[in-house]
Amino acid sequence: MKIHEYQAKQLLAAAGVKVPRNVVATTPDEAAAGFTQLAGELAVVKSQIHAGGRGKGRFKEQPNQPGVVLVRSADTARENAEKMLGNTLVTIQTGDEGKQVSVVLIEEGLKIAKELYVGVVVDRETGGPMLIASSEGGMNIEDVAHNTPEKIIHEAFDVEAGLLGYQARNVAYRLGLDGVAVRNAEKLLKQLCQFFIDKDCSMVEINPLVVTADGDLVVGDAKVTFDDNALFRHQDLLPLRDLNEEEPNEVAAQKFGLSYVKLEGNLGCLVNGAGLAMSTMDIIKYHGGAPANFLDVGGGANVEQVTEAFRIILADPNVKGILVNIFGGIMKCDTIVTALLSAYDNIGIKVPLVVRLEGTNVELARKMLAESGKKITIGTDLTDAAKKAVASLGA
Amino acid sequence: MSILVDKNTRIICQGITGKSGLFHSQQCRAYAKEHRPGENVFVGGCTPGKGGTEIDGFPVFNTVEEAVQKTGANCSLIFVPPPFAADAILEANDAGIGLIVCITEGIPVLDMARVHRAMVGSKSRLIGPNCPGIITPGVAKIGIMPGYIHKPGSVGLISKSGTLTYEAAWQLGNVNLGQSTAIGIGGDPIIGTTYIDLLEMFQADPQTESILLIGEIGGNAEVQAAEYIKAHVTKPCAAFIAGATAPPGKRMGHAGAIISGGSGTAAEKQAALEAAGVEVAKSPADMGAAVQRAIAKRK
Repeated sequence: MKIHEYQAKQLLAAAGVKVPRNVVATTPDEAAAGFTQLAGELAVVKSQIHAGGRGKGRFKEQPNQPGVVLVRSADTARENAEKMLGNTLVTIQTGDEGKQVSVVLIEEGLKIAKELYVGVVVDRETGGPMLIASSEGGMNIEDVAHNTPEKIIHEAFDVEAGLLGYQARNVAYRLGLDGVAVRNAEKLLKQLCQFFIDKDCSMVEINPLVVTADGDLVVGDAKVTFDDNALFRHQDLLPLRDLNEEEPNEVAAQKFGLSYVKLEGNLGCLVNGAGLAMSTMDIIKYHGGAPANFLDVGGGANVEQVTEAFRIILADPNVKGILVNIFGGIMKCDTIVTALLSAYDNIGIKVPLVVRLEGTNVELARKMLAESGKKITIGTDLTDAAKKAVASLGA
Repeated sequence: MSILVDKNTRIICQGITGKSGLFHSQQCRAYAKEHRPGENVFVGGCTPGKGGTEIDGFPVFNTVEEAVQKTGANCSLIFVPPPFAADAILEANDAGIGLIVCITEGIPVLDMARVHRAMVGSKSRLIGPNCPGIITPGVAKIGIMPGYIHKPGSVGLISKSGTLTYEAAWQLGNVNLGQSTAIGIGGDPIIGTTYIDLLEMFQADPQTESILLIGEIGGNAEVQAAEYIKAHVTKPCAAFIAGATAPPGKRMGHAGAIISGGSGTAAEKQAALEAAGVEVAKSPADMGAAVQRAIAKRK
């Protein structure tokens, strides 16, 4: 689960991490009042969406308006907020459709001496959490890792003990900090790593982490993602979820125990199992088609789930045909076909449908399909099914 | 021979009184009865609070320790729900269970980090979590895979996925290739047994003549496996990587199946495997044939 920058900063502040003084605004007047309340010479007005690249992003309705702006008066704070709120911000990460901004953050300006990068992730190789840091703050960390890998510091830490003092100091010195900044960094890095563990995060990213002229370390921007599988023990975090940021069909799919990801193509697919679902997308592409989605109906696909799966696939107007690929193991093929046929009637499928079945009771299942009187094409194997499904789009 | 599972394997199920736990325990027991009539292979289960009872002929114990004492179990199949699954793994580890197979999907990743830490230096081996389990065809099935699609034979099969493994086993069957042992290592970011652990075992196993490795996007385990193959594996190897069409930054069903920061793509994994001399199937329909090609090349 992703959250907004302003929410991340509130949680980090509660954990003792230093964040800039700020005010959350949902109207232009609140933005103006926020500037006045901060009582500084300058402030930053920041659009709140989950995607990055906001500073370089522009609004669909206001093509000259950037997503992040430095302002020097309450009036300019109001004007900028007015052009942001309710409008659609397009950045390098949002895709062409962009994301609607409904909250802006008004934040005090900082005296920036240096910008660093700090992140915490789960490292697969060491099987535990890892702190990542770089002196190249404010830049895309993936570019830094690619172009100058020597500037990335990795520090694996123990999930029970947290980041130890000496580990934090080692990182601080390698970042080129000195004096009071080292002590501040030790404190902040330990807090961040503890926050990561306490809240079951899957990622915490502070970019930039600002070092001020006084050696203070302050969170410039914050991205926090929580492990969905651990949310059951963090009920307090659930209200932070913003459904407006999520693909509505992906949200609907979750409610029915389905795993769905929308893609750009026009051939929908319905598959059991994540690996087979990815492979089905791949074979569609391999035979010249373009998959419209990833959809895993899981191991126990029943009538309700299969019906919902078809509904979700067909909610995408790009879909011009559907390929069903089921390997029936414990779940027998005939059971799946029963669900498939009911779903077919429930939904009233109008686009070409190609079904490939294999596994337990496959003969019975194919017979049921053939005798159903429905316009369903049977694929004899994976290749045959993919070719027929791709061809069906041209018909 | 085979790896990890043999005629001495004695299985219990943690979570045997749950719906899935009981169903799959019955399936595994039936598989053992069919292939090794008269032998007691699936010896019972555990559910705290239900010790001393019986369910469909399986004796139920409160603790794994007690189950081990009373039944001689050396393998545990775990169906405990996600919030308690890490605890179940460590209970089996502490009771000295040699082979722990965790099917549970959805365990918090930091729970698995704690398991990983606690099992450093342990004599127990964990398979999974979030996996279909392990099968030595004709000997024992410890997992949720349909037993009949796996024929006894000479291919060592390692996969991150469930139904894609069944697809592979079925394709292998179509070209008259069975498996020595087939293992699902799981689709989570932190898992117990890795590709490399199993490559080492398959390389050493006399029954295994070739290896099929099925991977997917996310992480770099397949790249490490490729490096290991290049340096240490002399048997013919084939591979398939799922997710060539997956967009970056989106989790594809499995918790670990995500391309992040431009790394973990199918293309880079395929390239690494090809560079290691592995026969890479470009289409998922080509897995069986790829193993045949790998074998033919060595002759």
